[in-house]
Amino acid sequence: MILLSPFEAATFTPPKIDYLAVAPMLIVFAAAVVSVLIESFVRRERRHAMQVTLSVVALVAALVALVVAAAQGTHVVTAGTSIVIDGPALFLQATILVLSLLAVLTMTERSSDVGSSFTPQASATPGSPAEAAARRAGLLQTEIFPLLLFSVGGMLMFPASNDLLTMFVALEVLSLPLYLLCGLSRRRRLLSQEASMKYFLLGAFSSAFFLYGTALLYGYSGSVQLSEIAVAVNQDIGKDGLLLGGTALLVVGLLFKVSASPFHVWTPDVYQGAPTPVTGFMAACTKVAAFGALLRVLYVALPGSRWDWLPALAIIAALTMAIGSVIAVVQADVKRMLAYSSIAHAGFILVGLLALSRQGISGVLFYLIAYGFTTIGAFTLITLVRARAADGGIGGEATHLSQWAGLGRTSPWVAATFTLFLLAFAGIPLTSGFTGKFAVFSAAITSGGAVGAWLVVIGVVASAVAAFFYVRVIVLMYFSEPTAAAATVATPGTLTTIAIAAGAAVTVLLGVLPTPVLDLAGKATVFIP
Amino acid sequence: MNDFPWLTVIGVLPLLGAAMIWMLPQSMAQASRRVALVVSLATLALVIIVALGFDVGRAGEYQYAETYRWIPLFGVSYAVAVDGIALVMVALSAVLVPICVLAGWNEVSGPAEGARTKNFFALMLVLETFMVGVFAARDLFLFYVFFEAMLIPVYFLIGGFGGPQRRYASVKFLLYSLFGGLLMLAAVIGIYAAGPGGDQGFLTSNLTGLHYSSSALERLLFCGFFFAFAVKAPMWPVHTWLPDAAAEAPAGVAVLLVGVLDKVGTFGMLTLCLPLFPNASQWAAPVVLTLAVISVLYGALLAIGQSDLKRLIAYTSISHFGFIVLGIFAFTSTGQAGSALYMVNHGFSTAALFLVAGMLIARRGSQLIGDYGGLQRSTPLLAGGFLLAGLSSLALPGMSSFVSEILVLVGTYSRQPAAALVAVLGIILASLYILLTYQRMFTGPAREYASGWRDMDVREAWVVAPVIAVIIALGFYPKPVLDVLNPAVTRTMQQVGLTDPAPTVATGANGGTTP
Repeated sequence: MILLSPFEAATFTPPKIDYLAVAPMLIVFAAAVVSVLIESFVRRERRHAMQVTLSVVALVAALVALVVAAAQGTHVVTAGTSIVIDGPALFLQATILVLSLLAVLTMTERSSDVGSSFTPQASATPGSPAEAAARRAGLLQTEIFPLLLFSVGGMLMFPASNDLLTMFVALEVLSLPLYLLCGLSRRRRLLSQEASMKYFLLGAFSSAFFLYGTALLYGYSGSVQLSEIAVAVNQDIGKDGLLLGGTALLVVGLLFKVSASPFHVWTPDVYQGAPTPVTGFMAACTKVAAFGALLRVLYVALPGSRWDWLPALAIIAALTMAIGSVIAVVQADVKRMLAYSSIAHAGFILVGLLALSRQGISGVLFYLIAYGFTTIGAFTLITLVRARAADGGIGGEATHLSQWAGLGRTSPWVAATFTLFLLAFAGIPLTSGFTGKFAVFSAAITSGGAVGAWLVVIGVVASAVAAFFYVRVIVLMYFSEPTAAAATVATPGTLTTIAIAAGAAVTVLLGVLPTPVLDLAGKATVFIP
Repeated sequence: MNDFPWLTVIGVLPLLGAAMIWMLPQSMAQASRRVALVVSLATLALVIIVALGFDVGRAGEYQYAETYRWIPLFGVSYAVAVDGIALVMVALSAVLVPICVLAGWNEVSGPAEGARTKNFFALMLVLETFMVGVFAARDLFLFYVFFEAMLIPVYFLIGGFGGPQRRYASVKFLLYSLFGGLLMLAAVIGIYAAGPGGDQGFLTSNLTGLHYSSSALERLLFCGFFFAFAVKAPMWPVHTWLPDAAAEAPAGVAVLLVGVLDKVGTFGMLTLCLPLFPNASQWAAPVVLTLAVISVLYGALLAIGQSDLKRLIAYTSISHFGFIVLGIFAFTSTGQAGSALYMVNHGFSTAALFLVAGMLIARRGSQLIGDYGGLQRSTPLLAGGFLLAGLSSLALPGMSSFVSEILVLVGTYSRQPAAALVAVLGIILASLYILLTYQRMFTGPAREYASGWRDMDVREAWVVAPVIAVIIALGFYPKPVLDVLNPAVTRTMQQVGLTDPAPTVATGANGGTTP
């Protein structure tokens, strides 16, 4: 924080900014602004192509800038003291960029067979003549791209924030566009809007928690900067009520975003209602960003009071794994099932995070990238599995599990790929899911002490329960006869195919030859205080 | 004995075969059977070359070792090698796979026959890769990877090609095994944390002879491993998945499941539990022995009560696994050598039973024993095959199982006489369940339903004959296999830190004879 007093105004020097270090964020935000301008000034027919190009180019450019910065060994605190670019930040930002690139590919889908997942005109009331007219006119939703870019920008900033206010701003920048994106589904629009509303209300609550926590911690330490909070904690200055209250509220805000139990209740509804490509994006990228922020807060600002928050978080981790795995068993909707699975995965990641060691950090980093690719792949695949429309054409997504019966017979490739993703979620060896699980569990056992060991035992039991519902889907796809209501599979466009193939390839690769990525994650574990 | 990566080639060859099968065009789907047979025979040939090059004099040491870094950050290496026990188990898998391929020749029919045929034979080959891998792995992580990955092809083989209850059976199989496996995963990580760590921290050799910080830790880790192996083996009371899985699986798959896969459980007890946790193994021995004896009797009693032929064979296996575990945890070299040999013999005699049963079921269309009768007259070859297999299963002298069963009982008696005496009852029960079944299915007047049946054809004869030949050969002359097994067993005993109890001599007032 730069504190300006009136006496110093004359000698104001602008904060030094390491432009290379923040280049990825600048590129994405700039592209987002240009994207808004495109929405305003370019003719409707030409928007889609331009927006897609702009988004892809911006994300690739940001990734290149990031790689250049990383290659130069950038480790700085910059933009005053509000942004910190260190190993974990670089790794997480790269993960977010790669995953959002995949997500953009899935959102561009508009092939004749699959069609867009987004409503042509969000402002038209569901079921109204205006909606029908927009649909007839074949309008394409392009506002998703500026929204997505802003959200990605916020996600890039979230784990790179060096003070709680910047972190809060990043939280809002990443969340607000997401609330909107959730409400843009083409089909089942009321469900989608309900999801959006729920997410917004609960998200606003959690933001308020976060902000209140920030205020209390400011009251405790006299600063919002993470490193100064850490100093205050270490000096043991008393005022423990402020510290504990602040920590609790702050962490609740973050746990909401990673959908840890008991702050997970929004997840199934939102995952189910949101347009499926958005669900994939949200499940993968939001988790990365939010866990990045959680890591930074806990490892940089609050390591001194770990014995205060560790027991609570350990209980939350155990609860998250258990609730996610157990409730998923009774789900009949594939998107809701994956939502509960994502809750369980949040629990597994928390186990790694609570190891409180560099090994734990690298385990979390690896898990996030492994889970992200599998998740985007899985949700994209769901967009292809469609109900048969009354006229024999391709209808909306067939998310009810009973519709997946016999898919292995009718569409072997889709079923095989989805099986791969499910096996990865279940953590079967030779998939990325196993490597990730192993990374966090071994960190917890080696450096997490007795708490870590117990969490691992709960984790493996939860994994066994979770295996049940993943396997159930495989049984449905392969060992059941197709029913009359069985789903059909739409032929995807090239970009969607690329996204699915990339998800599947990375899922296998990180299972068989994870060493390069593990190496990177292992090197990216030093936070700048 | 050169630097040629024999074991890797043996492992990869079936995988390539599977890939080849999957790439066959749909019109040539039936050719996948021949591809699978040729590939599995080629694998067998390679295994024979390896076996011939194996230095029997040093069978207690690991040979054909290959070690490469795999995931150094986790301490994981790709390390494979075989000692006597592992070699014999690899050979068992390599012999049984072509037989099972042949047995499953006409297994697949119905809708989408082409694609399903490809899947069936490709999955068999994938399974062979994992079986070779799990027995040859010398890195605990690698072992675990194969241990778990193995479930997937079996799951699809049972679920995709099994009987009417296949969905239930396959899911039950998978969930039981996964649950056991996941507990083992926790223990695998735990032992790494207790071990030396570093780049090669998962090499089994680096984890053997550890000094644990507390005996509680060693016991916990032992329990993690043992539970997984007990589910796999399977032992009472975690055996319930086996009868379902074996009853629903196609005959060839049931053979691999019970004959080889379940051996991973006992193999793991013998070559991992004992060397890695010597003190905890002795601590747990009383409980394990009790469970083993219960398995022996319980499996046999339930076998007698079965009305379903394949379930019966599954329950006999539970009884036999009880014997194997008994021999392992009696901590005598005789008992352990018997157990190791038993793994092989049980593999073959159960294979023969399942295979003949499969042929009968294919003809009759029913697994119920009550639906048969009088087959001795109409199909004497099938009856003879079943009888020989059954006699081996009940350990008739001259059959291979007799040698191993007697070794196990003698070995157990010298340290645990009570357990051995109770377990002996299992032999009597065995003759009941085999002979009663034979009587009900094969004796009596020829029946109407079997009038049009052909006896064993050439393919079927090729399926059964090699197995029966091995059973009889090993029954009369088990020495070559025992020579390979014994040094490895002796090494295990040394790792546990026990010596055989000295033979006791009857002395006393009435002592008349001198030894």
